Amino acid sequence: MSLLTIRNLTVRFATATGSFTAVDGVDLSVDRAEVLAIVGESGSGKSVSMLAVMGLLPDTATVTADEMTYDGQDLLAMSDAQRRRLIGRDITMIFQEPVASLNPSFTVGFQIEEVLRFNLGLSGKSARARALELFRAVGIPSPEEKLKSYPHQLSGGQCQRVMIAIAIASNPKLLIADEPTTALDVTIQKQILDLLMSLQEDYGMGLILITHDMGVVAETADRVVVQYKGRKMEEADVLDLFENPQSPYTRALLSALPEHATGDRLPTVSDFFEGGAVR
Amino acid sequence: MTPAMTPAITPVVEGRAIVRDYHVPGTMLRRARNVRAVKGIDFAVQKGKTLAIVGESGSGKSTLARIIALIDAPTGGELLIDGQRVDIDARRPGPELRSKVQMVFQNPYGSLNPRQKIGDVLTEPLVINTDVPAAERRDRARAMLQKVGLLPEHYNRYPHMFSGGQRQRIAIARALMLNPSLLVLDEPVSALDLSVQAQVLNLLADLQDEMGLTYVFVSHDLSVVRYIADEVMVISEGVAVEQGTRDAIFSNPTHPYTQALFAATPVTDVDAIRARVARRRASRAAAV
Repeated sequence: MSLLTIRNLTVRFATATGSFTAVDGVDLSVDRAEVLAIVGESGSGKSVSMLAVMGLLPDTATVTADEMTYDGQDLLAMSDAQRRRLIGRDITMIFQEPVASLNPSFTVGFQIEEVLRFNLGLSGKSARARALELFRAVGIPSPEEKLKSYPHQLSGGQCQRVMIAIAIASNPKLLIADEPTTALDVTIQKQILDLLMSLQEDYGMGLILITHDMGVVAETADRVVVQYKGRKMEEADVLDLFENPQSPYTRALLSALPEHATGDRLPTVSDFFEGGAVR
Repeated sequence: MTPAMTPAITPVVEGRAIVRDYHVPGTMLRRARNVRAVKGIDFAVQKGKTLAIVGESGSGKSTLARIIALIDAPTGGELLIDGQRVDIDARRPGPELRSKVQMVFQNPYGSLNPRQKIGDVLTEPLVINTDVPAAERRDRARAMLQKVGLLPEHYNRYPHMFSGGQRQRIAIARALMLNPSLLVLDEPVSALDLSVQAQVLNLLADLQDEMGLTYVFVSHDLSVVRYIADEVMVISEGVAVEQGTRDAIFSNPTHPYTQALFAATPVTDVDAIRARVARRRASRAAAV
């Protein structure tokens, strides 16, 4: 049985000019210990569908789905209090801007211990010990000192490691990473992706990786969902997707990669959609 | 004079041992100090060619771009434009020099004034630097809009009415209004979606062919650099660790830093994916 199952998810936003459909009938599922990548460009609805799972959308959003279940529990039917028991423990999330995700007024040690105390009910002393253990697990250098640091005293890569440490603190079964390396340099990106992949294997977590970067997909995913303008264009195993893409949009995305350039022009998405076959 | 002694063609832009220091003022707890962001960099770009400057954040690549674009002065070394030494500290660059060198910035949301219509964005460089009459300024702006793949009727619209890719086209159009010979592009496509990035890169390649432009292209993305560059400079902590033709650097990177950059860049090659998937299967099978 899959860990997270979503069928026919639609998310609409009420705007001044009427309703806007950000996600339009998307199905997806992720298994235990599986890495699912959701790829798309800006406006494809890739983040919105995961925020809907987390219950983090603003009040202007209307979420409907035929099914949205986590580990057999219906996420749509459960109360906010029930959902809060899942979110942050069984399902956790990390975001694109690691420095902005942390509170600048508190030390990172305080912030991770806060999670350990509230979500896991640890006492002050054991929270500190566990925080240190987690900082070691995510490869933060001189962890004792770093616990006393404020976010601005750490680099972007270190802040993302702190975020990951917080996210894995409760041994989650599902980690959702929304563009976790987009704000980072390529050498740091490699370190963070390697870390996520090794944690994923060690903890046997399901991992949903939201990204716009085909390179990140190629380096991490087991399975891939391609989204465009709120709709699912294609779903395939990672090798099939790169070897034999079915949807014209996926083909367009892959050929727009500069490393796939043949000759002196890059094909663009519009080359593949003459007359707007896909809107 | 024998052919071998013919003097080389003057590069459009040349830097000799460019140095830039920033002064960090002291605080109660810390002494004032100088940070050397660029530590003596040499380069030269010939007409119609593209020099790509590659580096990670903090490498000094944008500092160098601002020096080349005559925005900041170097604190040491010489900058030559068309063989003429330029020192913007001693003398502010006049209209002639400004017309030669123009810049396009990374974020097209920040580099266009939200209260200025596109027509005014494009004609402003002409107002400031030339005495072209108003009617001709308008005509040139409309023609430039078409050249960068927009429509003349976009003239009266505001920046918020455009997408990121269209805004970057507008920023490129503005930079080209004075017919520059050198364009400094600081991460011009890194804020854009992949498909839009391809369109803007194609546009830049077309404009270079058509107008004989010389580009200094700052980027952190090796796949973009490989597509657009003739010459590549890899810069780390203010030092140019490796310089050479694109083919030389991509086929045989010699400096450890360049090699590390290549090793960290994700590959979308099918064989590499197949190998990774196989490794993952094996490690899972071993774990069970």
